[in-house]
Amino acid sequence: MPVVRIPSVLRKHTGGEAKITADGTSVREVFDSLTTAHPGLADNLFDDDGLRGFINVYVDDEDIRYVSGLDTPVEDGSEIAIMPAVAGGASSPQRVGR
Amino acid sequence: MIFGDIAQAIGNTPLVGLPRLSPDGYHLYLKLEGQNPTGSVKDRVAKYLIEEAERYGLLSPGQRVLEPTSGNTGIGLAAICQVKGYPLTCVMPENTSEERKQLLTMFGVEIVHSPATEGSNGAVRMAQQLAADDPSVYMPFQYGNAANSLAHYETTGPEIIADLPDVTAFVAGLGTGGTVTGVGRRLKAWNPDVKIYAAEPEYGDLVYGLRNLDEGYVPEVLDQDVLDSRIKVDSLRALEWTRRLASEEGIFAGVSTGASLAVAARVCGRLPEGAKIVALSPDGGWKYLSTGAYAPGDVKEIASAISGTLWA
Repeated sequence: MPVVRIPSVLRKHTGGEAKITADGTSVREVFDSLTTAHPGLADNLFDDDGLRGFINVYVDDEDIRYVSGLDTPVEDGSEIAIMPAVAGGASSPQRVGR
Repeated sequence: MIFGDIAQAIGNTPLVGLPRLSPDGYHLYLKLEGQNPTGSVKDRVAKYLIEEAERYGLLSPGQRVLEPTSGNTGIGLAAICQVKGYPLTCVMPENTSEERKQLLTMFGVEIVHSPATEGSNGAVRMAQQLAADDPSVYMPFQYGNAANSLAHYETTGPEIIADLPDVTAFVAGLGTGGTVTGVGRRLKAWNPDVKIYAAEPEYGDLVYGLRNLDEGYVPEVLDQDVLDSRIKVDSLRALEWTRRLASEEGIFAGVSTGASLAVAARVCGRLPEGAKIVALSPDGGWKYLSTGAYAPGDVKEIASAISGTLWA
């Protein structure tokens, strides 16, 4: 099964687990399995328009926006990483009002 | 080459082939931005931030400039502001490394410390507050200032086209997004088939741990549509490529350079044989020696020990 990496800010919804295996052949299917098992994750990953804007999802290091979005295929052993959007390294701002 | 002063000596950096690191059938090139006067690509950005502000009347002679930065942008701004006669204040967390504080102080920069516990976000908040409280200062703010990507559209991009008109692809790291956006737009205007790839540093948990998903951040400067792919690179891989660059090609670069090279090598498989890929090296390794990134020893242990501070 694919493995999902959970960022530290979301681990309170996974009982502290950093890596979770979940079934599916696409990112969408895997996330469905994941949010069924850990319902607290759903609101943190999705809003009414789909995946929340400040979350980046990578399959084997590739941003899924540039593959096939939530339909990006995954295989047994694929790593799906969920990461908060960060710019500019440790010296970057989170949010900038402008 | 002779220049009137240091501000005019920015840019026109070497584009160097990497024959020993190129995968069979492909040609990697590295644009050495560490050759800029203060040692990083941010000299180009600093110059444009200040000169665009001058052009649009946002900055008057002798006016104080304020920017939250303890890194390359601060050093670049310090040199430009020095020769153009603008006093500069940099807001940075109080735990910023001593070498950077000394360098900035030597350039005449006023340093304002924000609480270490609030990290760089605290520095941004404090800078915004200071700018709001004191209308006499000008804050260029590179994350939201179009002059950032314009510097690359007008200088870095054309230099690559002049040196390598048949460039196939370009790779740069993702920080403010200014480099990939500016160079990407310019190269695609030149040849729409050119591919643009962003190397995204994968920070350690220490950095992500501070992020709140409700307060995510996508810099306004970044144009996500110009990218063909965005690939994350962890500290270990970046460090491995940075070290290979030194040992096989004789180039001493910062760790972001290794991340871009890792991506350049990875994307070769999706490009036609004979493709010419330009990666951008934002700086040399000198400022990072004290992190331990180049110390002898097991690269895996070093990578895990410094993943929290490596990209700062």
